[in-house]
Amino acid sequence: MRVLMFGWEFPPFNSGGLGTACLGLTKGLKNNDVEVTFVLPRKVNLDVDFLKIVYGDDFGSMKKSYVINSLLQGYSTSEEYDTRIFAESEKKPVIYGRNLFEEVERYAEIGGEIAKNEEFDIIHAHDWLTYQAAINAKKVSGKYLVIHVHATELDRSGGNNVNQYVYDIEKKGMEEADAVIAVSNFTRQKIIDNYGISSDKIKVVHNAVEFENYALHEMHTLKRTKKIVLFLGRLTLQKGPDYFVYAAKKVLEYYPNVVFVVSGSGDMEKPIIRKVAELDLADKFIFTGFLRGKDIQEAYHMADLYVMPSVSEPFGISPLEALKCETPVLISNQSGVSEVLNHCLKADFWDVDEIANKIVSVLKYNELYRCLKENGSREVKSLNWNESAHRCVDVYNGLLRRKE
Amino acid sequence: MVSICFYFQVHQPFRIRKYSIFDIGKNDNYFSDSSETNLNNEKILKKVSEKCYLPMNSLLLELLEKYPQFKVSFSFSGVYLEQLEKYAPDVLESFKKLVDTGRVEILAETYYHSLSFLFSRGEFYEQVKKHKEIVERLFGKTPEVFRNTELIYNNELAKVVERMGYKGIISEGAPSILGWRSPNYLYSPSGTEKIKVLLKNYKMSDDIAFRFSEKSWKEWPLTSQKYAQWVNAVNGGGEVINLFMDYETFGEHQWKETGIFEFMRHFPEEILKSSDNDFKTPSEVVNSYPARGTFDSPRFISWADVERDLSAWIGNEIQNAAIKKIYSLGFKVLKTQDSDIIEKWRKLQTSDHFYYMCTKWFSDGDVHKYFNPYQSPYDAFISYMNVLHDLELHADELLKKRTLVASNTRENIYKEN
Repeated sequence: MRVLMFGWEFPPFNSGGLGTACLGLTKGLKNNDVEVTFVLPRKVNLDVDFLKIVYGDDFGSMKKSYVINSLLQGYSTSEEYDTRIFAESEKKPVIYGRNLFEEVERYAEIGGEIAKNEEFDIIHAHDWLTYQAAINAKKVSGKYLVIHVHATELDRSGGNNVNQYVYDIEKKGMEEADAVIAVSNFTRQKIIDNYGISSDKIKVVHNAVEFENYALHEMHTLKRTKKIVLFLGRLTLQKGPDYFVYAAKKVLEYYPNVVFVVSGSGDMEKPIIRKVAELDLADKFIFTGFLRGKDIQEAYHMADLYVMPSVSEPFGISPLEALKCETPVLISNQSGVSEVLNHCLKADFWDVDEIANKIVSVLKYNELYRCLKENGSREVKSLNWNESAHRCVDVYNGLLRRKE
Repeated sequence: MVSICFYFQVHQPFRIRKYSIFDIGKNDNYFSDSSETNLNNEKILKKVSEKCYLPMNSLLLELLEKYPQFKVSFSFSGVYLEQLEKYAPDVLESFKKLVDTGRVEILAETYYHSLSFLFSRGEFYEQVKKHKEIVERLFGKTPEVFRNTELIYNNELAKVVERMGYKGIISEGAPSILGWRSPNYLYSPSGTEKIKVLLKNYKMSDDIAFRFSEKSWKEWPLTSQKYAQWVNAVNGGGEVINLFMDYETFGEHQWKETGIFEFMRHFPEEILKSSDNDFKTPSEVVNSYPARGTFDSPRFISWADVERDLSAWIGNEIQNAAIKKIYSLGFKVLKTQDSDIIEKWRKLQTSDHFYYMCTKWFSDGDVHKYFNPYQSPYDAFISYMNVLHDLELHADELLKKRTLVASNTRENIYKEN
């Protein structure tokens, strides 16, 4: 089976979970005998063509991929795009769209062009930036379209200031799709309730995590003297970093020998730093900025507990990565990952007391820490991408059978 | 001749409420949850009363009145009886009516449904004594046959219980101990003189308690007629069929809609159709039949899960830490001589608290999850340990006060002299 897949980020050039998920999924699909041609936007050298075809293994496990020279980036608002395009135009005339939405259109057109020249059985598109391109691909090829929802505008905006343009594209994509894959029941329900999509069209495929055995790292100096509680994620409303800070304040009243590490960047970075200062916690917090690759693993490894207090998390791969590094996790009930993880702690994102209670408990009761670490890291091994990819293949086959 | 011996376990723990780190030192109401969750003891007791205790008691009374040969027995935990007195006196009355027929026996156990035999012999004796007192006070009966929490059993327990004066003891017919032998006879526990052990026929008990409503089971639907045939088939190959199960089987684990009450309504009639069958209580069984062999269980067995061992309560690190902590507080708590704090400490020994911390869900299916009022075993551990922390603070305070009082008195005496 051949799949034409549209994404918008791919490791190592990713800023969030979608890229990680795409990499895992494409590897899993390969193991399920599915050949994937991946299309993604990325700002490549300005002088190079608008499109780059990558052959071979430099790009995950795919034989062939297309990189469309574009300023599109995941997790960015149209304001952020405006900043980027402004910076580009300072340098020289640009080939990009004048704003985010023009750029999405441009990507969509190129998507259609690629579909004309490619052989495939199914189109599979990840999140809104790609939907327009995927719809075009469906028009020119007449093939079935699968829309994979990793997040909706309602998650990203936290329910406030929903961007109507984005919402409309999402809704259109879901409507045009022959099948919708949601990363959790949590997301599936959002799609039914807020996008009016019929429930029998939506299948749930939970994300997974790639399991590698990491070499034991040298104990970080910090860890020798203090316990470490980690937040790692984009500093945006959706991820709930503010709840992390409030919980930290409470924890410190009961357990002073601890440091809170915040890794990531985003539009809440400055307000969060200000809040930490205001609560007089500056000496208890470390801000690492945005981390990549090995540094992320290092952060997980050194932590005694990873906390993900997301306000609305369609899935949330990071707790799985933390567990992979044998670090116990505390996750919000408002997350898709809480549907697949049992050996972890859970709390409502708004329940700061409960979050603090659980953080203190892990720091205070070593048996609890060890039990969560052992059982959690064992449990996470059972969540692998081959399984998730297999479920995607079931969705493809369901559609292809329709034709017969 | 084959006798049917029913023993129903009736127990509800004092579940501890969600108790966070912020409650420590501020809140000593560990068991008073008034929320809508399954941590609200009064709410649960009332719910189970409606679904099980009241309808089943009334059915049993009806059957006892109709069939003079029908007999059953109960083991009530003390903490259950305490909750009945507090929240459901009508249920207590209906149990008294059953006992008043003279054909309902009550067994001995630890008041707190605890694991004390494993961790503190002194506590074990105290709690069995306290249980005997409440049974005598409420029902005017003195138990003669003993059953330990969750049928946890080993040779040592049988010896101790014999010395305490009991003539019978209840255990699980664990195949690992019995081997090819049948649970349908009495046995003599290894190392004892007179006491006899009654072994649960777990297959026939579980047919009712677990499989009754299982549609994928080849015997579904189970009728009392079919069941009586199985009983008749034992005749000649056994003397007693011990049907031991949770009383909540009727109406709570097996809902009314499964037909469990109808099954029981016709049960005595079908069994008594054969004049070779009868009903006996555990002490009658002990009086009627000889021990046919030795039951040798040097290690602990229980009636829980497929393992029939202790792993449901002491299988992982958090359970072990919690148990170690509660029993290590014993010395301090008892030294306070404060009845309120001692009582709380004992209620925290109830085995259910540790069962809720069991993490072997995935191999043992949903049984643990179903019976767990907490979101996870880890949550159960956190509340429990926080409560112990608070309890210890109180104990320390009380001891400090006593030392102060003692030294003040000494000073006064010194001054006066």
